Amino acid sequence: MSTQLSLGRVARAVAAKDLRIEMRSRVVINQVFPFAGLVMVMFAFALDNDDVLTRVAGGLVWLATLFSLIIIIQRSFAVDTADGALEAQRVAGLDPAGIFVGKALAVMVQLVTLEIMLFVAAVVLYRVQLHADGAVLLVTCVVSATAGLSFVGTLYGGLTAGSRGRETLLPLLMLPVVAPVLIGATRATESAFNSGGAAVSDGWPWVGVLVVFAAVFGLGGILSFGSLIEE
Amino acid sequence: MSIVVDFRKAVVVFNGFPALAEASIEVQRGEIVLLQGPNGAGKTTLLRACAGLLPIVRGEASVLGVDLCVDRQSVRPRVGLLGHANGLFADLTIGENVLFWAQMVGAEVAEVASTLQRFGIDGRLAQQKVMQLSAGQKRRCALACLVVRRAELWLLDEPHAGLDAAARDEIDAIIREACTAGATVLIASHELERARGLATRSVSVVAGRVVS
Repeated sequence: MSTQLSLGRVARAVAAKDLRIEMRSRVVINQVFPFAGLVMVMFAFALDNDDVLTRVAGGLVWLATLFSLIIIIQRSFAVDTADGALEAQRVAGLDPAGIFVGKALAVMVQLVTLEIMLFVAAVVLYRVQLHADGAVLLVTCVVSATAGLSFVGTLYGGLTAGSRGRETLLPLLMLPVVAPVLIGATRATESAFNSGGAAVSDGWPWVGVLVVFAAVFGLGGILSFGSLIEE
Repeated sequence: MSIVVDFRKAVVVFNGFPALAEASIEVQRGEIVLLQGPNGAGKTTLLRACAGLLPIVRGEASVLGVDLCVDRQSVRPRVGLLGHANGLFADLTIGENVLFWAQMVGAEVAEVASTLQRFGIDGRLAQQKVMQLSAGQKRRCALACLVVRRAELWLLDEPHAGLDAAARDEIDAIIREACTAGATVLIASHELERARGLATRSVSVVAGRVVS
């Protein structure tokens, strides 16, 4: 008789599987990272003003992250739906909460790697400066915002995975929902960079918003993912 | 012998249409039962209902002792449904695909190795990505996943589709071996001559009803 595993072990196995698939296919590394880098360069060309770029650097990093998130989520579910593997997981009775957490963790790892690259690009291209006290705020902001984005992305990825026109449906549904993350992460990042005279202390309330957002969608995803991927 | 599938006047509505209309079927442990019938007769619906994927709106239905009218979730870990898709991860190797499912039931690595060997997909073949495999090799890999998952009821929808004669023989041998090991198999197929040779019993599905 089959014995089923706990949420934690399902999540670990699913996350390891998704990351192994990415390491094999290198779609995120070879396509999404260059895409995000290009977005940063295009912003620099379009704005073409060092003062403006320094002031809006935080927002541009998070916009590039949002655009990349759409591609990462679509890829994350495409590998599962291409040969019916998502349905196989459902049929096998795997804990849907474990699948949700596992997929979100894998997305989180990819996003954090991408964000490190984008912040380095912001320092080089937009000449932003980061001090020690700002660095703590920035790291906390990145962790909480990335968690929120991963949870929302995975939730809406699961919702649209089986639908026709999912490529256009996903951004249409997801982008309005992640607007609070874009606003909160941008404000916190501006404070970390001291852009436009913002103080580091101004950023912490926004980090609080990001943490609440991540907690709400993390819990919401754990509770509702099973219903979303059910027929 | 114990009853594995017991449907009595079960009704399943799919897209507003009664895809199963008071269907009744009883399957004993170790049987290989062929479901035959025209397209749209309800064969796939019956298989998916047995897997707990579709709600029973009227009648009685139990699989492996679980009442599907009350609980459709707890039976799922014990059944394996193989439809037109193989349910494999194309970027992973055969070994990694089978290992993924083995992890889900806490199976040992040694069990994975022996299953791969038994299915003839061990050695260098086990290191190949699924996307590089032939249709027959993919099917064998998918069936190996059912074995390591320890599925007690195999629900196979057109298992021979798209395979050459040699691959079909291999699939038949795997199914017979699974039954010898204690599994029960329901097969929906249009390849009647081959499937009848494999099955211990065949029933017809006509307009959502099962006719012996």
